[in-house]
Parts: sequence; structure tokens; C-alpha cells
Amino acid sequence: MSNNPSGQSGAEDSSGSGGSGEQSWPEYLSGGQSRGTASHGSAWPSEGSESEGPPRRVIGTPPPAAARTLLADHGDASGAHAQPVREMPADPPDPRKARKAELLVAACFLIAMLSGFGFLVAYGIIGVGTLSDALHSNLWLGGTLSLTLLTLGAGAVIWVRNVMPPVEQTELRHPMRSTDADRAAFQETWDEGAATSQFVKRPLIRRTLIAATLPLAVAPIFLLRDLGPMPGTSLAHTVWRKGRRLVVYGTGRPITPAEFASPGSIISVAPEGFQDDDDAMAKAAVVIIKFRPGQLQPPTVMPWTVDDIVAYSKICTHVGCPAALYEQTTHHILCPCHQSTFDAARGATVLFGPATRPLPQLPLGVDSQGFLIATSDFHEPVGPSYWERS
Amino acid sequence: MSVDRALGATGNWLDDRLHGARGVRVLLRKVFPDHWSFLLGEIVLYSFIILLLTGTFLTLWFQPSMTDVIYHGSYVPLRGLRMSEAYASTLNISFDVRGGLLIRQIHHWAADLFMAGIFAHMIRIFFTGAYRKPREINWLIGIVLLTLGMLEGLFGYSLPDDLLSGAGLRILEGVIQSIPIVGSYLAFFLFGGAFPGHIIIPRLYILHVLLIPGLILALVSVHLFLMFHQKHTQMPGKGRTNENVVGAPTYPYFIAKTGAFFFFVFAAVAIAGTFVQINAIWLYGPFNPVAMSAGSQPDFYMGMLEGALRVMPAWQWVVFGHTFAFNVFIPALLPLGLVFTAAALWPFLEQWITGDRREHHVTDRPRNAPTRTALGISVITFYGILWAEGANDLLATFFNVPLYWITWAARVGVFVGPWIAYVITKRICLGLQRKDNHLIEHGVETGIIRQLPGGEFIEETRPVSEEELAVLLARSDLPALPAAESAESDVPPAKMRGGLGRVRERLYKVVTEAAPAPQPNGHAIGHGNGHGNGHAGEGDGRGQTAIGAGASTTQPESGEDDHH
Repeated sequence: MSNNPSGQSGAEDSSGSGGSGEQSWPEYLSGGQSRGTASHGSAWPSEGSESEGPPRRVIGTPPPAAARTLLADHGDASGAHAQPVREMPADPPDPRKARKAELLVAACFLIAMLSGFGFLVAYGIIGVGTLSDALHSNLWLGGTLSLTLLTLGAGAVIWVRNVMPPVEQTELRHPMRSTDADRAAFQETWDEGAATSQFVKRPLIRRTLIAATLPLAVAPIFLLRDLGPMPGTSLAHTVWRKGRRLVVYGTGRPITPAEFASPGSIISVAPEGFQDDDDAMAKAAVVIIKFRPGQLQPPTVMPWTVDDIVAYSKICTHVGCPAALYEQTTHHILCPCHQSTFDAARGATVLFGPATRPLPQLPLGVDSQGFLIATSDFHEPVGPSYWERS
Repeated sequence: MSVDRALGATGNWLDDRLHGARGVRVLLRKVFPDHWSFLLGEIVLYSFIILLLTGTFLTLWFQPSMTDVIYHGSYVPLRGLRMSEAYASTLNISFDVRGGLLIRQIHHWAADLFMAGIFAHMIRIFFTGAYRKPREINWLIGIVLLTLGMLEGLFGYSLPDDLLSGAGLRILEGVIQSIPIVGSYLAFFLFGGAFPGHIIIPRLYILHVLLIPGLILALVSVHLFLMFHQKHTQMPGKGRTNENVVGAPTYPYFIAKTGAFFFFVFAAVAIAGTFVQINAIWLYGPFNPVAMSAGSQPDFYMGMLEGALRVMPAWQWVVFGHTFAFNVFIPALLPLGLVFTAAALWPFLEQWITGDRREHHVTDRPRNAPTRTALGISVITFYGILWAEGANDLLATFFNVPLYWITWAARVGVFVGPWIAYVITKRICLGLQRKDNHLIEHGVETGIIRQLPGGEFIEETRPVSEEELAVLLARSDLPALPAAESAESDVPPAKMRGGLGRVRERLYKVVTEAAPAPQPNGHAIGHGNGHGNGHAGEGDGRGQTAIGAGASTTQPESGEDDHH
């Protein structure tokens, strides 16, 4: 491996990365003659002779600036050493300090254990089933778990920092680039394989193979086609129809202009029968607002209002959030998502924000029983812009 | 001893079968450099592990279904309401499963920490130049991981099908719909028809629990393998070169430290999950397409996109019966697309400009790469302004300023801010370089004034320590541009001619702008190089330090123009 501490230089090391095992391979497997540098592998200690191999480096001293040269020298000079040198000191420099730290670590681990048992106990005795019980349980389970984890971490850190002796080691890096010899050997092996496979020589196989995989490659796209229906014109229409009653969203009650008479009030409205249909409501949600006489200005379509009650789509024309905020004094409808602001007194034209179009106005009327109805669907698509929208 | 023997026996058993003794020993001895900022990536890794653990727990109860049910569970305020099974089962996890609320909150906090960690880690990598050759591949993998993390988070917090997350999906739908030509088709395919439909939650679920985490896991593995294989970068310091790694061995040091760090990260999210409520979905209520409340923000890592949507003016074209919704798809795709594309291209662009194709394993101090640092701060400013704009309604409430002012400030700031940030940062970097030069040339001011026998007052300085000096001197030495073909002529070499060559030359001047190199005048660096020698020796001899900068005025050799 590249971080063998014996101090071999980069080029040698990376080329010999196969280790001594490579020597026993047949020539055609190990890349043949071109992998000349593989002979370095034989200089490496085999597993059996590991203890007699190049000694390990002395640790703890600041590495010299020219680490590479010195280390290599060191390796050569002490190649005959029989006694390997310890790489890391076994004991911390100050035994008394280490003893203190040891007790602290043990205390941390003890707390972690107790707290861990506390978690188990808390799980057993604190039930859930109401908001306050759940929060109570959360507090005890989380508190004990947190303490366990925290003391485990603290104990481990004190252990590393104050019980283990401090160590600094230096390891050599090697250039990522392989040696030229290795590259050449690779190239040879690659070309050899390509030639043996006849892939290059026989274009008929090559081309038919490519042709065979092409349809397979586009098959997944075909398979995804049934993820959803085509949009068609569905984005342009809602469930509002001529004669469909407006009902209060939530209660489902139809509305008469008389009971919605206090100026400035606003309610969310659903088409009768579709209140619980989220798909329908995602486009058909409407707000109605009552104005004082004369307050409504163009471009509000006056024939579509009833007794100064005007109905706008609640779906923002920016990206479709419900434009749910209304400021009574200024008649501003504000979308809470991206702050598109519409002037409800003037046909819900855009005053500020990223929306480009007014909220579409729903034509209102009154049926024979005096309830508010739509006199048609919206005259334009509601909600966000899309490509097919003209 | 018996533990030793048992371990030894196990080891032998394994080695008989796996031949691991040699390779694993090398792994145990592998040296890891140490610096606090190297822990940022570990935060991400451990958050991810916590996410896998807690996420698996949550799947045991969560029902990824949009079937309508009437809630009869233990949270009283919502009893009798119509809601999706997904929302009902999330309430069930929160209130009827012991530890469910805790694990849910830990999961959400860990997701936020995961993303925050990615940002912090990426910023560290960028500003220290750790993305440079040979680590460009890992940089690109990192950008993909960040993107996947954003998607994973978005899909994850959409699963409970509460009012807030439903609005998030609605926005997603609106954004997809705005894409020219294919938008409405993509939206219909994703949602299985019109919004909201009945299939988006199950689809997001399988993406969230299988596909995206699988991709993240695979890429994280490659990311870590490459880090391991190429060896970690190290901060500049004494004895640290491009050819070595200085640090502590994996076993036992790195294993113990990183194990401790795992517990700390887990403890941090556990504490947050215990004491800081997050995503209290029972307060938002089930999704319905009619309601929405003010102060709705996505999780923080989506805030920049949210801000971009908010800051964009209402531009739209209708051409030949087709709508170009610039107001939606430009902010949704452009700002983040720009940032990510620029980030992905930067390592290669920098290589092209500087011509520096060497391997770099010692990181830069940000001040020593002023242009890179300034660009980074510039991008962060751009991102930050849009991110803050994503909470413009909260800012307006908090600072009591009109909402539209904030949006207008962001509209201007998003163009002006990055530029100002660039200029200021570059000046700061160059200033810090000069400060370093001063330390190198004159040593550290001690604050001690001394009167010389001749009556002259000087300030004593001490030379910087070898450790500090190694850091101060670690400047990148960029290769020069290809020189003119011959000494006599000024004709530039072939590849520097033409438009591209001139662009490169100009960019080279910008990228390599730096304070003048420190002059080794013998006070701090010069323990053996000439006239400073005697002073240094004198200083050491007294157990005190050499007479430094102030004294330079008394030295005839360097006296003339050395008054600082």
C-alpha cells in the first residue's frame, strides 16, 4: 500500500503496490516485461519476514524539513537492525495527570451508563397518548439519551487527549500519477484485451452491439410515460359551471347577498359539492369580498359582481399558493408565499411581487332561491402560468 | 490477557479466510492530519448515519398514503378532521409511539445539520483550495451530494402532508409548470395528474427512503474512498510539505477521536430534538389547497430558492400563444444553477488561468489566494442576500420595516452586494498579507521600549517562532505565464496570442494579485542568513529575543528605506 512507512520513494512504491505476491504470477498476468519496475517488489519484505524488514520510523520528534531524503537514508542505514523501534510511546508523559484523566473518563462512562438505564426506565414508565404526555416522554427520553451520548463523547475525548500519550507521525505522500512504466504496461494489457476480444477487428459485432443497446437505452423513458395523464386543456378549466352555488368553505352553507352584507368582509368559498375534493379545490378555491357601493373600480368586471360582492380565484397566479391574506383598509390581497399583492378593488391587479397576472374574477349571479351562484367557469385559466397558456 | 487471546484468535480466524493482516495493519497505521475544520465533513457523515438510523425507525409506522381518513387519534384538537393517512400516521408517530416524537425531531434536526455541514465543509474546501488537483473529482462529487441533499430534504419534509409542506409541493408544481415547452407535462407526470392528486406522497416516499439515500450512500462511499486514497490535505505548518502527511495514526487516535465526535454530533441533534421543537406538524394542520398562513418558510437550505422566487420582478412574455413565465423559471433555475455551475467549473478555470497543474496537498490560507477568497465571499453574499430575502416577511415583522423595501433592497443588493463583497474581501486579504510580511520581516512587537546607550529609543521585537514562521511563509508560488519566445522579441508564445490568450493574461493578473513578497532581511527569518545572525544569537543567549524591527533603524546595512 502507498503508506508503507519504510520510506520508499513515491515512484518505486506505487509501482510495487502489488507487493511481493506479484512475483509468483505468470508473466502474462503481471504485465510481462514492460512492467520492469515490478522487480522492486522483490525488495519488499514478504509477509514471513515482516519482523526483519525495514524498521519503523521513530515517532514523536518533529519531522525534518527534507523528510523524504532523511527518512530514506534512515531506512537504508538501519536496514540491518534486528530490533524494531516502537512507533508510539506506551505511556503518557505525566502518569499522575493521566490517572486523574482516567478517573474522569470512567466517571463520564459511568454517567453514560446510568443515563442509558434512565432512558430504559423512562421508556417503561412514561406513557404517551396525549400532547402533554408525549412532550413529557420526549423530554425524559431525549434528556437521558442526550446525556448518554454527550458523556460518551466527552469520556472518549478526555481519553484520547489526556490518557493516550501525544503522538505526531509523518507519512509520505506519493504522486497520484502512475509511473510511465505502469502506464505503458496498462496500455499494453488494455490493447491486448481489445485485440483478443476482436472488438476492434470485427466492426460487425461492434456496430450490431451498439445498435442492439440503443432501444434499450430509451426504453426507461417509454416506461415512464404512464406516470401521469397528458395535461390536455385541464389546466384551463375548473369545476365552476353556470348555476353552481357558492358555499362557505368549511361549513358548506350556501350564501345569500343579504347575509354577506358587511363591507370589508371576506370569506373563502367552494363550489357546492366539491368542498372535500382537493383536486377540484386546488383550482376552484375562491374568495368573495363585500365592498361599499362605489368602491369597486375598473378593471373589475362590474356585471360579474352582485351587490358589490366580487369573487376572485384564491389561487395565486405566481406559483399557486392560496392568496390567503387580506388587508381590509387597503383592499389588498396578499399571497403569504411570495408576497404577490393584488388590489381587490381594481380587478385584483398586481401591485407588487412576482405574480404577472391579476387573480381571475369569477362571474357571480343569484339563483331563484336568492343564493350566490357562478354564471360560468372562469374566463381564463386560474393559477400559475404554463407553456400552453396564451 | 484473555481478551487479547480472544481477539487474537478472532483475528487469526479472519486472516485465515481473508488475508488481512498486512493490509489492515497499513490501515491502522494510516496518518490523519488534525485541524478543527476537518471535522466539518465528519459532521455531515455522522448526520447521515443518524438520518439512516432514525429514518428507518420512522418508516416502521409512517404510511405513505394520501387516502382520506377521519382522525380519531390522541391529539384532541384535530379529532374528527379529514386528513391523509400520511398526516394521520405522522401524528400517530408523534403522540402514540413512545420515542416517536423524539426520533422524528432528531431526524429533522439531523437533516438540517447534514445540510449545514455540507455548506460549511464546502466553504472550507473552497477557501483553503483543497479542491485543487488531484481532488477535483471529489469536489464535483460534493456538489452532486449537495444537490441530492437538497432534494432529499425537500422530499422528506413534504412527506407528512401537513399544510406547510403541502404548500411547498404546490410551489414545486408551479415551478415545474413554468418550464417552457415541457413544464405542464412534467408536472402532470410527477403528480400523476393535476395537483395534488393521490400519488405524489408515495412517489416522494420511495425517492426519499430508497433512491436518493442509495445514491448519497454510494457517492459518500466514493467520496470517502478518494479522500482516503489521495490522503487528506493538511494545513501549512512546520514540517508539513506537499510530500508528507503529519498527524496521528488511525489506530488508536483517529478512531477514538472520530468515535467521540460521532457521539457529540448525535448528542447535539438529540439535545436539539429534545429541547427545541421542530416541524410541529400538529400545529399546521392537514394539507388543504385553500388555506395558507403568513410566515411560511421552507427549511433553511431551500431558503435561497424561496428568496429568488420572492425577489424576481413580474416578467413574462406571451409569444405566439405560449407563455414564457420568466418570473418563475428564471429564479427557480438560474441563481442556484449559476452558483453550482460556477463552483463545478472553478477548479478547472483556475488551472487554466494560472497554468498550475501540480498536485496540492498543503492547503492555502485564504488570504494567500485573495481573488479566490474574494470570489467565494462574493458568491456567499449573493446566496446570502437571496436566502435572507426568502424570509422577507419575517424580517419585515422583526425589524418593523415595510415588506416591499426589503424586497427592493434585495433586488438591488443581489447585484451590488457581491461586487462590494469582492472588493472589500480582496483588500482585506492583501492587507493581511502585508501584515504577515511585517511579521516575517520584523518579528512580533513585544511592546517593550528600550533605550540604547546612545540615548535612542527602540521597540523590542521577538522573532516569530519556527511554527508560526512556517505558516507565514506558506505562500503559493504560481507558475509564470508562458514567456515570450525569445529574449529579444516581445512576441508572446503561440498559446498566449489571440482573444483567449489575452483573456487568460488579464485573468492571470487578477488571480495572482498579491502583496509584495516578504524581504528576508535577517530579523525574523534570518537565523543564519547574513546580518541578522548576530542579533539573533545575542537574543537567544540572554534568554530573550533579538532586537527586531525597531532596531533595524540602527542598522546601517538596511537602514535607508526600512522605516515602518
